[in-house]
Amino acid sequence: MTHKTIRVGGLTRVEGEGALLVRARAGRITDLQLRIYEPPRFFEALLRGRDFTEPPDITARICGICPVAYQMSACQALEAICGVTVDGPLRDLRLLLYFGEWIESHTLHIYLLHAPDFLGYPSGIAMARDHRPVVERGLALKKAGNELVAAVGGRAIHPVNVRLGGFYRAPTRADLAPVAERLRRARDLALETVSWVAGFDFPPVEHDYRFLALTHPGEYAILSGTPAVSDGTRFPVEDWPAHVVEEQVPHSTALHARLDGSPGYLTGALARYALNSARLSPLAREAAASAGLGPVCRNPYRSIVVRAVEVVHACDEAVRIIDGYTEPDAPAVPVTPRAGVGHGASEAPRGTLYHRYRVDDAGRIAETDIVPPTAQNQARIEEDLRALLEPRLDLPVARLTELSEQAVRNHDPCISCSAHFLDLRLDHG
Amino acid sequence: MVRAVVVGVGNDYRGDDAAGLEVARRLGGLENGGDPAQLIDFWAGAELAVVVDAAHAHDPPGTIRRHEGLDLPARCQASTHGLSLADAVELGRALGRLPRRLVVYTVEGADFGIGRPMSPEVRASVDEVVRAVGRDLRLADPR
Repeated sequence: MTHKTIRVGGLTRVEGEGALLVRARAGRITDLQLRIYEPPRFFEALLRGRDFTEPPDITARICGICPVAYQMSACQALEAICGVTVDGPLRDLRLLLYFGEWIESHTLHIYLLHAPDFLGYPSGIAMARDHRPVVERGLALKKAGNELVAAVGGRAIHPVNVRLGGFYRAPTRADLAPVAERLRRARDLALETVSWVAGFDFPPVEHDYRFLALTHPGEYAILSGTPAVSDGTRFPVEDWPAHVVEEQVPHSTALHARLDGSPGYLTGALARYALNSARLSPLAREAAASAGLGPVCRNPYRSIVVRAVEVVHACDEAVRIIDGYTEPDAPAVPVTPRAGVGHGASEAPRGTLYHRYRVDDAGRIAETDIVPPTAQNQARIEEDLRALLEPRLDLPVARLTELSEQAVRNHDPCISCSAHFLDLRLDHG
Repeated sequence: MVRAVVVGVGNDYRGDDAAGLEVARRLGGLENGGDPAQLIDFWAGAELAVVVDAAHAHDPPGTIRRHEGLDLPARCQASTHGLSLADAVELGRALGRLPRRLVVYTVEGADFGIGRPMSPEVRASVDEVVRAVGRDLRLADPR
């Protein structure tokens, strides 16, 4: 029996560090392990003993692309302990901040990471050489997201204006008016983006995904909501630990999540769309229909279309919120510490992000649990890869690597929650 | 037109990868966590852009290298933050958004571990790079 181990370089457009190991015998995959790197464990240790006000700022550093998601899940978990609800204009500002992050993150993924897969380019840079106006459009759209985050959050990355109970300073109507103007233009660019990506050729693949996403009675859930599963299960966020259990697997520093006992569920754009598409803004619903999306999309490659539709929704809703914005009486509601356990979840661009904190009598963090979307999706991404690779084991390794990279990119793994240098090792019996 | 921008690239929570950010903060410059689109926005149209990043090129820790020009050497190809500095230059080139002059300082890191402090050699080099970038800025704009 001959064994060969082949290493090939870089999953270049998924950011982080990681590797893929595939073992096959007689045309069947006997083992498939995606190794990803996961920093939340370090942050959970770092937070122990810190003041209860610190997690929003500290956990924002976990991810360079989705700091707002970490801030929002952390704030809501800690505010739940303190018995504080943030609503009215302050909640609107949080929504605006989050929409800004969705625009930034989705647009970066669509234009520089994902689209090149469909147009036959090895990178967004190579694509930009031939499609300069298209990439310019993407960057202009992304910039509208940056400006929205900066207007509400104080700066475009790692917003510094967020605190428990709200903000350090609330923007005025005059601050937001020019941002709304740019968002109206961005909304047109977002609609053009939907038409553009809808025209790509998608491999005819569908998976029987079990989806998990937050749902909200009045919104396409992003900032808060009730976790729901496509099989009809719903549970309050306080019950998350009873439903989602993380376990150590030998091949990864990341924990694998199981939902109600089984691994391999999916969170993220496809899940949100499947559970909540009826709550998209009318314009975004129209864009989805014209792009040929039904009420549920199970083709992971077409997630690029769903993300584009979500960018339309984000621009559209942000404009609506700014137009109706009234300045809050105070930039934050007072939050006084008390001992207890609190849970918070929000929809990061790449899926549901759950935080749990235990605060002691002195207002210090005694325990932290962070469940990022990429860790939840890891087992399901492995299933996608298995289905992709098993019938194609005879292809050259370079081609298999390319196909694997695309399959991973479909799920937009997080900048620091996943892979930057993915080595594919294929072991043939 | 902006005359000069200073940009630090890196991640504060990854040991010596914080070097560029630290230099930028000391000089009132801009911080970049690895988003290439933001980087090209920072430097587009500038007369001079000075970018400071950590490197992992198997030099002794703390080694400072200065490169001027729009063709970056191999040590700028790797990154802990997604797309590399060299990628950002190539994207800027494809889109016609580069500074007129680009100066890149790299500081060789020893430890990029999550949550690690900057190593003493790198910390010392940060002081030196701050002085060197100050000289670049004065030479570019001697008013």
